[in-house]
Amino acid sequence: MEKEIIGKAFVLGDNIDTDQIIPAEHLVYSLNDADESKKYGHFALSGVPFEQSGLPEGKIAFINGERNDSDYKVIVGGANFGCGSSREHAPFALEKAGVKAVVAESYARIFFRNAVDGGFIVPYETKEKINNKIKTNDEIVINLVENKLVNKTSGESFELKPLGDILPIIEAGNIFEYARKSGLMNE
Amino acid sequence: MGMTITEKILAKAAKREFVEPGENIWLNVDVLMTHDVCGPPTIDIWKREFGKEAKIWDKDKLVIFPDHYIFTKNPQANRNVDLLREFANEYGIKNYYDVGTDRYKGVCHIALAEEGYNLPGTVLFGTDSHTCTSGAFGMFSTGVGNTDAAFILGTGKIWEKVPASLKFTFNGKMPNYLTAKDLILKILGDITTDGGTYKALEFDGDAIFSLPMEERMTLTNMAIEVGAMNGIIAADKVTEEYVKARTDKKYELYQSDEDAKYVKKFSYDVSQLEPSVAKPHSPDNYSTVKDVVGTKLTKCYVGSCTGGKLPDFISAAKIIAGKEVKVPTFIVPGSVNIARQLKEEKINGETLYNIFEKAGCTIAEASCAACLGGPADTVGRATDGEVIISTTNRNFPGRMGSKKSAVYLASPLSVAASSVTGVITDPREFL
Ligand code: SF4
Repeated sequence: MEKEIIGKAFVLGDNIDTDQIIPAEHLVYSLNDADESKKYGHFALSGVPFEQSGLPEGKIAFINGERNDSDYKVIVGGANFGCGSSREHAPFALEKAGVKAVVAESYARIFFRNAVDGGFIVPYETKEKINNKIKTNDEIVINLVENKLVNKTSGESFELKPLGDILPIIEAGNIFEYARKSGLMNE
Repeated sequence: MGMTITEKILAKAAKREFVEPGENIWLNVDVLMTHDVCGPPTIDIWKREFGKEAKIWDKDKLVIFPDHYIFTKNPQANRNVDLLREFANEYGIKNYYDVGTDRYKGVCHIALAEEGYNLPGTVLFGTDSHTCTSGAFGMFSTGVGNTDAAFILGTGKIWEKVPASLKFTFNGKMPNYLTAKDLILKILGDITTDGGTYKALEFDGDAIFSLPMEERMTLTNMAIEVGAMNGIIAADKVTEEYVKARTDKKYELYQSDEDAKYVKKFSYDVSQLEPSVAKPHSPDNYSTVKDVVGTKLTKCYVGSCTGGKLPDFISAAKIIAGKEVKVPTFIVPGSVNIARQLKEEKINGETLYNIFEKAGCTIAEASCAACLGGPADTVGRATDGEVIISTTNRNFPGRMGSKKSAVYLASPLSVAASSVTGVITDPREFL
């Protein structure tokens, strides 16, 4: 596990559901085929209404033009991030786009599990609402050892909730690696 | 200390005497369900992780329903069904219900009930967020992603955090203008889309136990819309009758203890409730139908695992009978079995099918269809600028197709009343 995640913030509102993260019409692509699965990066966050894409101003494209990856490595969300369908394609699409971490006030259960068990991105919970305190394009440093987020642009820093029970799975890489290490898969 | 029904079932599945909310436990899974969207990636992960010698923990406990993107020319969507078919053949999966054959069933959550996979006291996981639907049968059921499903496929086990429970009691006699959909939309309005995150929603009260299984399934179906892990209704005589008519498998009945702990209890008198809608663009954007009456519509939609079951179509037909729809109205049965029931069930001597056809509705084949938008050629899909009233479960931006459309969620009664006027209409006008 990396000790630090460094990158630009892309800020979103509350209740970002999985249809906004990856619209249902794109779920037909293979997740396994190296070339085809790039489409998930290309369409990541394409369902977010443009006015709310990249807050506070909005109307900021997460993916530019024909690219399959994004300039943004950290998503900052509000409450109930990842609600809606169970599609694992959602954290997968964010990972494909180059996102390393999501920092949000709270998560929907299935998105959270998928992010952790699949080893796609690190889902951090914040202690307070911060998607109104960080601007899209701010330079962010997340320290995974100290559970701290520093906004280099504004100089502010925020405490993150410790990853707790799920830390061993994140450290192992995914649920399979975790299960191998703890003997659960060799029974 | 007492336990809730959810805690008791999870304790049994973890081979424990006692569990409490917040504990992470490993469960033995009774049934794993998947479909055409999440099945192929689940199988890929399973092969990647368990290698060439990968074994399914128990073939008879895997159930696969193609249902999402099946009546489409989209090549990748069709390839997904091909992958499922090849997998089912290669591994001899007898619970595979292939599209284009007489084994085809329709939407997974309805088919699970109809085919006898829902058994009180058991634990069912599925690669679909609405897997919570099965909780109507006094069992634990919840949705997971592909990785978790692949883990179950190989081991028959999965970790889960024991949820704390919220209790919703509905008392009184259901008025003829209300359906289960109105009740769950009311709950959504009261506790919002994250009011139940990581919790169990337990439904109780004489109004609940007066409902047929299909209506109970509408309640548990939308438990995920408040973020809940599962929805649950204790099994009673109605449940047992439904189950026994479909399977002779064994099951166990559980009840919550008197002193079971709940995070919060809510109680409603159904005679005081109004026909409900969720306004665009969130299922918790609650309003009474009365307050949005007159909103101009471009389309009406009756379908999905939430609102495409027999009682939903009976409710809709009661209002539509003898009238003409004023806006395009889609009737999408949730299963092949329900499609057949439309041609058998009669109101005043006329079949539901004929009632809808004469009124000018479009009657589609059983599948998920436009409930989740789907490929461009999906029947009933929302296009730019549309205003739709629908019996489905989600109205997030773009859920039914275009993100420039607006969707109101409502009961089949309210959707039907609106279809014959072309504007949102209170069903009491026709009852
Ligand atoms: S009908 Fe809609 S909610 Fe139900 S399984 Fe299909 S897509 Fe999901």
